[in-house]
Amino acid sequence: MDRAIMEKIKNDPDFQKLVSKRNSVMITLTVIELIIYFGFILLVAFNKQFLAQKLGEGVITIGIPIGIGVIVLSFLLTGVYVYIANKDFDELTEKIKQKYTKEV
Amino acid sequence: MSKKGLIFWILSVILVGGAFLSNSMAADGKTVNPTAIAMFILFVVATLGITYWAAKRTRTAKDFYTAGGGITGFQNGLAIAGDYMSAASFLGIAGLVYTSGYDGLLYSIGFLVGWPIVMFLLSEPLRNLGKYTFADVTSFRLEQKRIRILAAIGSLSVVTFYLIAQMVGAGKLIQLLFGLPYTTAVIIVGALMITYVAFGGMLATTWIQIVKAVLLLGGASFMAFMVLIHFGFSFESLFSTATKVHAKGEAILAPGGLVSDPLNAISLGLALMFGTAGLPHILMRFFTVPNAKEARKSVFYATGFIGYFYILTFIIGFGAIALFVNHPEYFQNAKQIVVDGITKIVSATDETKNLIGDKKALVGGENMAAVLLAEAVGGPAFMGFISAVAFATILAVVAGLTLAGASTLSHDLYANVIAKEKDEQKEMKVSKIATFAIGILAIVLGIVFEKQNVAFMVGLAFAIAASVNFPILLLSIYWKGLTTKGAFWGGLAGLIVALVLIVISPTVWVDVFKNPEPIIKLKNPAIFSMLTTFVLTILISKLDNSERAKLDREGFEPQYVRAQTGIGAETAVKH
Repeated sequence: MDRAIMEKIKNDPDFQKLVSKRNSVMITLTVIELIIYFGFILLVAFNKQFLAQKLGEGVITIGIPIGIGVIVLSFLLTGVYVYIANKDFDELTEKIKQKYTKEV
Repeated sequence: MSKKGLIFWILSVILVGGAFLSNSMAADGKTVNPTAIAMFILFVVATLGITYWAAKRTRTAKDFYTAGGGITGFQNGLAIAGDYMSAASFLGIAGLVYTSGYDGLLYSIGFLVGWPIVMFLLSEPLRNLGKYTFADVTSFRLEQKRIRILAAIGSLSVVTFYLIAQMVGAGKLIQLLFGLPYTTAVIIVGALMITYVAFGGMLATTWIQIVKAVLLLGGASFMAFMVLIHFGFSFESLFSTATKVHAKGEAILAPGGLVSDPLNAISLGLALMFGTAGLPHILMRFFTVPNAKEARKSVFYATGFIGYFYILTFIIGFGAIALFVNHPEYFQNAKQIVVDGITKIVSATDETKNLIGDKKALVGGENMAAVLLAEAVGGPAFMGFISAVAFATILAVVAGLTLAGASTLSHDLYANVIAKEKDEQKEMKVSKIATFAIGILAIVLGIVFEKQNVAFMVGLAFAIAASVNFPILLLSIYWKGLTTKGAFWGGLAGLIVALVLIVISPTVWVDVFKNPEPIIKLKNPAIFSMLTTFVLTILISKLDNSERAKLDREGFEPQYVRAQTGIGAETAVKH
């Protein structure tokens, strides 16, 4: 890519908007996932009794819905990312591409 | 190779395999499940058909490495799931749930949580910057030679350790399921994977993964469904039956001894989470889709399939606990007794010894829990089906690993380090030679390691992926300050720390070398090896004042624009 066009793209408000949006989504979701997983791991390491508590009258423990919940939440977070990306990132990317790829 | 040559090769593989199969069955005299054999032959014929179809469409290097780049997000999601759901995660985790209950779930969770990380941090820039291998991304603005060598060392060690673990597991499993001698089984697996990869490249490998993923998800769903029907779709009823009959009682519904101290727990967690984001055969899949949008879609589907699959293995493991009580014939030296109205399986010689959940008591060991459950819920025909699916799983996973290893040798080492000029025909030739070389090496190592304890190798592969490939990939995409020198020495240091720490850990020092006490208590080195790579890479990069370092930093901005927008990225080819 031409250095001059690259400079232009870099200073384009749409590009800056895309980058700041993507970075904030990326960092927020990554931090949430890290908190969910390592929170769970620390719970397993430090407080097994908490996870062993019975949920109700039966034998099922709190640990089971929490464990399955980590799997389901992780999947949902990837869905959140796809939703935001489809809604916001693609449109901005397309705009930038149309503005500059003619010049390349 | 010519068309005739390919047909000849495929026919010889079938004939030699068939001869071995019938020969060993006759010699062994054991009754082998006919559905298993029929299903297995059907799968092999179908996959060879796919290979033949793909071979005709694999003409260029791009076809070989990325299936032409035209796989859809959904297809790639299934293929990624196929690459990731190994026989170890199917039979191994179901077996772990059967013996330890909740602790099995801990592993599943660890294996899953890497996927959101791959999605958020890597999927789109990876697709926008890469061409054939992840080293294309790490060497985008850094010096080709040193960075490709580092990536090759990282990839080849991950592939080798993973492959040995899979080959040894495959040999033992096939020995058990089909009554074949271990060496024969390893040779058949090796010959088939060489055929798929050498002739069909990424296109054949992708479709074999997809077929296998559908079979595995279908088989596991049916099994879990049958278990749930048996308990009237009541988890309470399933779990309470399981706790009544299992030797460990209610302890199976809570975390046990598997994750003992926090340091070990976090280190293993880091290895599983970030190792997923550094596996070369998984990262390669991102170059098979046409753009970043399809790349992110594929991770979404893959995460869904893998998560669903792990939930199924949890149900399957508990189903095995709860239902095996009616099947004393699944156990060695066991009998069924009734105490206070509760049926139990106990040792024939010691009635106080409850065998349900015992590691060794099952016929064929704990890893057979899922296969035996298939028989319990679906009869011998379904057991045959699941056995064949397990075999298919192994074949597909080793094919993916072989392709990743061959790509590293031909694309990273040969084309970008050794060869003086670009020559695609030559690179293609090298990729085929590399496939044969890796396949033969895998067979030899599979035979050499037959009697060794290889349990640590998957953990080690993940630790290396997390400590060498992942940090360098992440920093190269997001940190302007990264220099060639920093990446090279930081990555190498991380690899050495990972290897040294695992050798002196309980998993190798005690379990393999049979020393009475480990030198360190840490089982997985990831926490220290990852830290080493990150700290050293950043430190050396910051201190790097070389001419190359200047170029490395200057190259960041054009790379960043392309990573974010995909302008200039590789596109798919139409056939």
